[in-house]
Amino acid sequence: MRKWFWGFLFIAFGFVCSIAAERNPRTERISGSAGDVLEDDPVGRLKVYVYELPSKYNKKILQKDPRCLSHMFAAEIYMHRFLLSSPVRTLNPEEADWFYTPIYATCDLTPTGLPLPFKSPRMVRSAIQLISSSWPYWNRTEGADHFFVVPHDFGACFHYQEEKAIERGILPILQRATLVQTFGQRNHVCLNEGSITIPPYAPPQKMQARQIPLDTPRSIFVYFRGLFYDVNNDPEGGYYARGARAAVWENFKNNPLFDISTEHPTTYYEDMQRAIFCLCPLGWAPWSPRLVEAVVFGCIPVIIADDIVLPFADAIPWEEIGVFVAEEDVPKLDTILTSIPPEVILRKQRLLANPSMKRAMLFPQPALPGDAFHQILNGLARKLPHQKSIYLKPGEKILNWTAGPVGDLKPW
Amino acid sequence: MKLSALQQSYLGRRSNSFRSSGPLDSSSDGAFKSPAAVFWLVLHGLSCLISLLLGFRFSRLVFLLLSTSSTYTSPFHSPTELAKTLDIRSVIPADPVGNVPLPFPNKTATNSRVVVGRHGIRIRPWPHPNPVEVMKAHRIIERVQTEQRLQFGVKDPRKIIVVTPTYVRTFQSLHLTGVMHSLMLVPYDLVWIVVEAGGVSNETASLIAKSGLRTIHVGFNQRMPNSWDGRHKLETKMRLRGLRIVREKKLDGIVIFADDSNMHSMELFDEIQNVKWFGAVSVGILASSANIDETVVEKRGEEENPRMPVQGPACNVSNMLAGWHTFNTLPFAGKTAVYIDDRATVLPRKLEWSGFILNSSLLWKDGDKPEWMKDIDTLDGDIESPLDLVKDPSVVEPLGSCGRRVLLWWLRVEARADSKFPPRWIIDPPLEITVPSKRTPWPDTPPELPSHEKPVIRIQEPIIKHTTKTRTSRSKRRSKRKHDETRTDRGTTGFDKTLQN
Repeated sequence: MRKWFWGFLFIAFGFVCSIAAERNPRTERISGSAGDVLEDDPVGRLKVYVYELPSKYNKKILQKDPRCLSHMFAAEIYMHRFLLSSPVRTLNPEEADWFYTPIYATCDLTPTGLPLPFKSPRMVRSAIQLISSSWPYWNRTEGADHFFVVPHDFGACFHYQEEKAIERGILPILQRATLVQTFGQRNHVCLNEGSITIPPYAPPQKMQARQIPLDTPRSIFVYFRGLFYDVNNDPEGGYYARGARAAVWENFKNNPLFDISTEHPTTYYEDMQRAIFCLCPLGWAPWSPRLVEAVVFGCIPVIIADDIVLPFADAIPWEEIGVFVAEEDVPKLDTILTSIPPEVILRKQRLLANPSMKRAMLFPQPALPGDAFHQILNGLARKLPHQKSIYLKPGEKILNWTAGPVGDLKPW
Repeated sequence: MKLSALQQSYLGRRSNSFRSSGPLDSSSDGAFKSPAAVFWLVLHGLSCLISLLLGFRFSRLVFLLLSTSSTYTSPFHSPTELAKTLDIRSVIPADPVGNVPLPFPNKTATNSRVVVGRHGIRIRPWPHPNPVEVMKAHRIIERVQTEQRLQFGVKDPRKIIVVTPTYVRTFQSLHLTGVMHSLMLVPYDLVWIVVEAGGVSNETASLIAKSGLRTIHVGFNQRMPNSWDGRHKLETKMRLRGLRIVREKKLDGIVIFADDSNMHSMELFDEIQNVKWFGAVSVGILASSANIDETVVEKRGEEENPRMPVQGPACNVSNMLAGWHTFNTLPFAGKTAVYIDDRATVLPRKLEWSGFILNSSLLWKDGDKPEWMKDIDTLDGDIESPLDLVKDPSVVEPLGSCGRRVLLWWLRVEARADSKFPPRWIIDPPLEITVPSKRTPWPDTPPELPSHEKPVIRIQEPIIKHTTKTRTSRSKRRSKRKHDETRTDRGTTGFDKTLQN
């Protein structure tokens, strides 16, 4: 009788084990530094109040130039639209944990589509003057429970040239606010502690439309399309990308494993899906939409940017998903990539195949659970509850409203 | 991403990079109107003037000369930085209090080893691929593709059994090599049954041995007749012989018929994994010959039908088998090839065997096969089309998105009946006949042949005259090509001589 009982237990155990092992090994769950945070639901964990600014700060700017909806900095516009209809929005500012100011600071485009940041500081200043005079919440904390989306090249430093951006530093009045930006580099003036790094905007429909069958064999070893030398601004090289892109070209232009060129092929997205590694080197700024594209298309990103801070770095374990190569190791890139064991490569591909990973990098309209909007809210929720010290005593002032270049103080 | 940086003056950029190397500099500016800074300024002005004169950036040249190592890597302002740090270090112990901040990791902006400014472009001494690494990369690619196939490809792929009838002739090597290479690329398990008319020969055996595949080579004791009609009939018999082998050995898998002159696409082998019992695919017919009549061309033009004819299953709107596309032989009436080396069009049968796929369990004696399958032992060779194997043609499964995808092509090309070729395509014994070239730019030595050559013997004059006529005063390259051609011409005539002996 005993024997039967144990036998039955053993069989049942084996059965359960086999079912568990039957689970599809195609994807792996991403356990971030704080557990499975990619799938956290921010609804109920925080409340966001959206200031009603006059439309000259947002709608009118967008009307003047609708290209802002499709360029890499479009996250600021879509974030506003998402928050307006999201369940985390509250119409009662007294119960809000975070305050959002909808300014489209990156929407002043040149004819070729590049954003000019020269008026952005004045615009932000004028907006903050408005909210601090019309609502008491800014003065309560001097912006420490406010967040701003500044997806520009160097975040709230508001300049596209790194030296000028460093010179300006983060706009003084935004020093206490939480900045949601695409730029991230450790120990850099333009990245504050506590900023949330987000991926640049990449159009989700375009990418979904260009998917190829998953059984198409990946036959390209390393893929890259883009500039190596910026001949307009840095003809000799060495300045652009700190010489890293030029080094990639000079070392690997003759290497058949590296499919790199400056062409703009129409099959760019399809080619990425046929490649194993996709290079994501820095350009004038360390971030690039290539990271998003690589993750969506399942190509392992090879990140060549020293000290870069990648999007949602506290939720996504980037070291397990991508390959990091120091800029000084670029001449040895082929050795580095070929010496990665195949099991590691397969594991990275499985992590990339996880749909929650792909969703976390995108800004779909309408918003889906687990997408980049929700990751931003998760990041904001993780910073709660606010410390008591951010609430200023009445009459106390920390920020210097007149700091910064004189040009910034002009009204907008 | 940037507007032109030409507005920024050279000096301005320099001062920026001064600032960016850290607040150490800015704070130490007061303490040091350092000789290093003044020196640098002077040097800088001088190189500016020289550059104006020369027309390019002189400092680059200096840079190049200064760098000693082969990897050219120093950041542009490193000499100043070094100077500053050295100076500062010498001061700190003496004056710990004061306005010089301690250079320890409290400041965030200083400790970044990432510096703005001009960097060198690192190029390794031999920027070319390393063959060992290339092989490693290819192994990685293979592993990734195997994994992809495991995950997204066909689940539980079945073995493929290929039945090929063949016989020894000039074009056999051409055709069989093509089929062999296609089969070697198939990612699934494969058994290749080669049935040879005229008995097993060394020729065929040596060819298929190069494939590395599992082969079953059997002979069929009849010689291949010289007419297409006879050939088609014999091939049918040989295929049935192949099917009998499947039955005897109880091979398990999917049976396809790969005629040796057909062209197969790789997608065919993926698609046939979907067959349940008896399937059919569309076959493209490449039936036109070199000697096509003008009348036929005109007729074709009138009919507005320039597309390649396709044989295979035809489906109706709901993707069910509704009929068959067969080859229209009317335009070719009377002008078709009868003998194998005729220069007229070779026509396929109504339905070619190569378009049909069987589950091998249909051929077994026992086992659960559907009742519509005839036993192949009861048939005896005089089958017109593969549909005669089944009692009810409507059970055939159309494959390749219901016959819309053409997955293989049918072609029949053969050499002249009297054409000869060296056995196993090895020149042995060596050539006895060579013809010295005349009127070439090269000196009058005979062309180089393998070392065990016998000395040259002259051949009849008419042939030489024919070849030299074409070699008039052309360019060197043309004459070289002609030279090679005449060499091969001589080769074949030489073979004729040797084989006739």
